[in-house]
Amino acid sequence: MRNEFTCIECPLGCAITAEKKGDEITVTGNRCARGKKYVIQEMTDPRRTLTTTVFVENGIHSLLPVRSDGKIPRDAMGRCVRELSKIKAKTPVKCGDVIAANTGGTGVAIIASRDMVKK
Amino acid sequence: MKAEVVVIGGGPAGLAAALKASEHADVMLLEREDELGGILPQCIHDGFGNFIFNEMMTGPEYAQHFIDGVKKSDIDVRLETAVLEIGMDRKIVATNPAGIMEIEARAIVLAMGCRERTRNQILIPGTRPAGIYTAGTAQRLINIEGVMPGRKIVMLGSGDVGLIMARRFALEGAEVEGVYELLPKPGGLTRNIVQCLDDYDIPLHLSHTITDIKGKERVEGVTIARVDESMSPIKETERFIPCDCLILAVGLIPENELSKQVGIAIDKRTGGPFVDEHMETSVPGIFACGNVAHVHDLVDDVTLASEIAGTYAGKYAAGKIEEAGRVNITAGKNVRYVVPQFLRGLDMDSITFYFRVKEESEDVNIVISDGDRIIFEKREMVVKPPEMVKVVMPSSLLANTGGEVRIDVEGKYEK
Repeated sequence: MRNEFTCIECPLGCAITAEKKGDEITVTGNRCARGKKYVIQEMTDPRRTLTTTVFVENGIHSLLPVRSDGKIPRDAMGRCVRELSKIKAKTPVKCGDVIAANTGGTGVAIIASRDMVKK
Repeated sequence: MKAEVVVIGGGPAGLAAALKASEHADVMLLEREDELGGILPQCIHDGFGNFIFNEMMTGPEYAQHFIDGVKKSDIDVRLETAVLEIGMDRKIVATNPAGIMEIEARAIVLAMGCRERTRNQILIPGTRPAGIYTAGTAQRLINIEGVMPGRKIVMLGSGDVGLIMARRFALEGAEVEGVYELLPKPGGLTRNIVQCLDDYDIPLHLSHTITDIKGKERVEGVTIARVDESMSPIKETERFIPCDCLILAVGLIPENELSKQVGIAIDKRTGGPFVDEHMETSVPGIFACGNVAHVHDLVDDVTLASEIAGTYAGKYAAGKIEEAGRVNITAGKNVRYVVPQFLRGLDMDSITFYFRVKEESEDVNIVISDGDRIIFEKREMVVKPPEMVKVVMPSSLLANTGGEVRIDVEGKYEK
């Protein structure tokens, strides 16, 4: 398991080392409590916002930018992208429209990041 | 044709400026492409709007907010319209599919953004095969056109657009062999190093450069080498990396061909016009904002500065700007540049100085003084060259300074 982290909570970017003994995680190198919280989150349940594109039919562009409506587990990113590559959205699309519900079994929806009008 | 305010460029800067200007005057917005938003429609990642909207938006969402605003306004939007020429008398010559148009503007806002540095500007030796792209071009190909520029990628430069694209390539199934950076420090924001490189196990090689490109029709590989302290490649460290695509993320340059043509004074440090706190350039009635003035890290700052430019361009067109007297701002110790470079209105409640440092420093005190007297101080935990520093201070403190103010960044805060 990864145990060296660069904290992204503030511009200082502390290099933090974490050690796991049983259920206990100890961190060193952090200069504040936010660093510890960040590393524990990263070690137990790292999450990211997924942003990618899906095909769209008859749009002014052939791709529609989308994002996850909330963060998904980092490990699910690749799975979700592959699943979304099979989707074809239909115009017209409004920014915020749900394009796929419960992507990759994460329970998080994928929504459109822009309007897409018909060509 | 006559116009009150003409905004050149429909990206984040132009959109914000046009919306604010329209509160004071009639506005015409000229955009070269066939849709508004500038670079934002292709920046599908999130991280936009954190300061202004207090949420992490994607580029298209951020643009959509302002495009919706423009649609609801009376702003006269001209798409597919490229400006060819601006005269001292603020006469604009533009072209679009309908022909050539001449516009006499009372005020102009320059919001043309910036351009990427290319292979020719950094002089990489080797052949000239297909498969060499700037990061922004690759971004457009992947996110708008749906075309993959390559399968095995080497990236030179570690600016933010490059880092974002390294992740994008990885997510789309390409192999990113590594990111090579000439300088001993990364060029992009720390959060991008972590979330774009570390997350995808993409190695970052600092103090490295490319010494040769091989390939006849298509890129077949590049030779990389470590560089010494004077940034010269060390011959013995050269190694060949097979790849079919080289991505260049080697910096951005403010786009000021039009500005130079009018004779606007350009600050060599920023690559953009000298501007006052209203973002007015050395030519009266011509304002500049966003990446035309200097390259920003965050679009939120582009919006805020462009709203000021738009407001005062609108006021100028309506005949309402008064000058109080000139104050020059000097970039002092460990400060590469400051925007605005001078003040002449002192009619705003607060002034925001944007600047970049030359060297990374921790526990610093930012001192704003008129030579002997300290006017304002701000403490920062850390300052780094890739991360723009921002100081907001009351305007009133800058009056009675004798016309000269300097900003120094003192390392190791002591009091």
